[in-house]
Amino acid sequence: MSSAHTKTEHGHTDHNYLNHGSGIWSWMTTLDHKRIGLMYFATVSTLFLIGGFFALGIRLHLAKFGAEPLLDPDTYNKFMTFHGAIMVFMVIIPGIPAFLGNFVLPIQLGAKDVAFPRLNLASYYIFIAGAAIAASSMVFNQVDTGWTFYTPYSTAKTSNGVILLVLGAFTMGFSSILTGLNFIVTTHKLRAPGMTMDRIPLMIWALYSTSIIQILATPILAITLLLIGAEKTLGVGIFDPDLGGDPVLFQHFFWFYSHPAVYIMILPAMGVISELITAFSKKTIFGYRAIAYSSVAIAAVSFLVWGHHMFVSGQSTLAGIVFSIITMFVGVPTAIKLFNWISTMYRGTVTFEAPMLFALGFMFLFTIGGLTGVFLASTGMDVHFHDTYFVVAHFHYVMVGGTLMALMGGIFYWFPKMFGRMTSDLGGRISWVLIFTGFNVTFFPQFVLGAMGMPRRYFDYLPEYTNLNQISTVGSWLIGLGFLVGLITIIHGIFKGEKASDNPWGAKTLEWQTSSPPPHENFINTPTVTAGPYDFR
Amino acid sequence: MSWSSLIPATSFMPIQATEIAKEVDLLYAFLIIASLVSFVILIGGMTWFLIKFKRTSVDQKSAYITHNNFAEFLWSFIPLVIMMGIFYWGMVIFEKLRTPPEDVAAEIHVTAEQWAWTYRYANGKEFYSSANDPMIVPAGKATKLILTSKDVIHSFYVPAFRTKQDAVPGKLTQLWFEPKQPGEYIVFCTEYCGTKHSGMMIKIKAIPSEEYAAWYHAEKKGADSPADLGKVLFAQKACASCHSIDGSRVVGPTMKGLFGSERKFADGTKAKADENYLRESILVSSAKIVETYPAAMPLFQGQLSDEDVANLIEYIKSIK
Repeated sequence: MSSAHTKTEHGHTDHNYLNHGSGIWSWMTTLDHKRIGLMYFATVSTLFLIGGFFALGIRLHLAKFGAEPLLDPDTYNKFMTFHGAIMVFMVIIPGIPAFLGNFVLPIQLGAKDVAFPRLNLASYYIFIAGAAIAASSMVFNQVDTGWTFYTPYSTAKTSNGVILLVLGAFTMGFSSILTGLNFIVTTHKLRAPGMTMDRIPLMIWALYSTSIIQILATPILAITLLLIGAEKTLGVGIFDPDLGGDPVLFQHFFWFYSHPAVYIMILPAMGVISELITAFSKKTIFGYRAIAYSSVAIAAVSFLVWGHHMFVSGQSTLAGIVFSIITMFVGVPTAIKLFNWISTMYRGTVTFEAPMLFALGFMFLFTIGGLTGVFLASTGMDVHFHDTYFVVAHFHYVMVGGTLMALMGGIFYWFPKMFGRMTSDLGGRISWVLIFTGFNVTFFPQFVLGAMGMPRRYFDYLPEYTNLNQISTVGSWLIGLGFLVGLITIIHGIFKGEKASDNPWGAKTLEWQTSSPPPHENFINTPTVTAGPYDFR
Repeated sequence: MSWSSLIPATSFMPIQATEIAKEVDLLYAFLIIASLVSFVILIGGMTWFLIKFKRTSVDQKSAYITHNNFAEFLWSFIPLVIMMGIFYWGMVIFEKLRTPPEDVAAEIHVTAEQWAWTYRYANGKEFYSSANDPMIVPAGKATKLILTSKDVIHSFYVPAFRTKQDAVPGKLTQLWFEPKQPGEYIVFCTEYCGTKHSGMMIKIKAIPSEEYAAWYHAEKKGADSPADLGKVLFAQKACASCHSIDGSRVVGPTMKGLFGSERKFADGTKAKADENYLRESILVSSAKIVETYPAAMPLFQGQLSDEDVANLIEYIKSIK
């Protein structure tokens, strides 16, 4: 279990990045990727609580427990919009790359920091600025378009608050692009001696693929969002049919970013899972190359499938068919990853601490999310399911079940490295049981609701959908409770957790070869790498 | 097929009111079975490994296995083949859902707006959903809808028919169905369209086709038929100075037998003359210039209302 294949020296002083400089100003002006990662952690967690508040509001309303509806239709539509926009643009997209990625990537590479530390700090403030602009739309001029901003509803039929929300998302897009750029350069230029590209951890492969999507796709979103602003304020007529524009063109632009964005959300999660599965099976990852290259393959194919959001939009039948077949190709690298993770457990020695439970939860939920994706990729089947609760259930299984499970697993896994303390394993396990159970109780009934025909984004519904909606609402409160327990466990761990050793899980990647928490520049002496990242022999 | 009845989950689907609904449900049943099998293989396999290879002592050693080319080929290739099969199956159904049959018993222009639907029949009968009028269609025969929207995008979804189509402003889309039995079927709007999105519901009422014929012809027409109105407009706008209705060649192509014919364009492309093609050619004639004809027609964009265009299209359709 010792660092037989890496040569490092531990910093046995009490000096670490957390006490390297003190006071709030030293944090706000820090260039240390680890501190910036933690700042994202605090920010994203706060935004997650706000997005979660809206989610619980939506579910409580839809349970119809009282005689009177909890929300009026316009308020409901705003809740739905803010829930989606906050969770997508401010939680799930930045969650793993900006928080866990920032903390882990340079240490895993054996680097002192990211390639452009100042740019990294700037990315954080750009993100904060974007989130603040977007949040101001909540206060001043509320938006009810849904997070997809479909035209001409967004440009012609709703308040100017859309401009603020869109401007916020536009600004956060820059943060995303700059972080991606920073990661790509860091991966190429700052690897420790001996760390060839086929020795970088799979978390890095995932972040690297994600970064490529971020810098290629995000500008498309930025332009599209600017066009909405231009359409709304100047009436340029690109999307407005009365001025000769095409409202469906917006959908092409929007999904040309937002479909790859789905992989911005899920690829980093897959990276986390690859780390967890191998660490808690105490066994080298099965099919390193297959997992690494399948990340790149998913990133590449993700650019060619956007039209599957538009099978009933009026695009040609042929276009629907072409997008359907390409979409099916995404299933292959995804299946490869699942099979590889499972094979990693074969003849391993598996333990079940909280991070591993979250990884297993990811596999369970992501498998259901992936399989139901095949239903939607099939054109003839999608016509029935399109814009129903089946879709809602599907993408929550993939994005929430996938990304949030991985995020929680990643937090509990790297927590000792971040804070030099352990979290309560019991607390983590209770949190997992509640989230996992609540998640299935919430979203599985929604597959059935979708099959029965209940459309999404509905303020009200037919009586036959009532029971399943009420079950779903009960589940949502279990999830809420689970995250609350998780939050308490994390806060307790930060202040009262027992001291962590440098490598409490016996993992092999470089971040475990330095002290917990690491010194300011990660390593006292730059490590030299002589073997692959998961060499459990 | 008998195996599909093994799946109780099909019962979650709404009633099967069309033949296509049955075909969709068969694919659905297959997908559920295939998913269950895949789920058992993946998560069952995972669970089995977790139990069998649980760590029992501190110094226990794991095996050192890096990869296995044969296994990795199999679990890439087999899913690919299965998914190509599902793709093909879905495509066959999709084409049926998207291609109306040649003989359509009823054609209805459907216009969506926040938050209601208007349906207008070929003889000028017109109904507005907020008056709780159902859309009357013949049972056992095909009905084709020509959809558009006055304001934002809406979507016309009939769960019992397993079909759905967006109604897009500035564009004509189509949808068809053939309800097997008389009955009432609910229609939802599934594209988010603002405050009363969830309240934008209508019913399709399928009645026996003889009754439908009687109903269709019985009442006095509310107005002239769209085709008649289109004929008047055709004269007013002096369309006849360039377009004959008897097949003879004037400045522009004849209207005789135009609808449904294949058009060849100056740039070498081809298209079938459907409602959307006619709409575009009336409003922006320069978009597609028919082979051997000059690009001489003025633009009518902004001069004709959506209703005018729909009437002209109905008139052109009637010139056979």
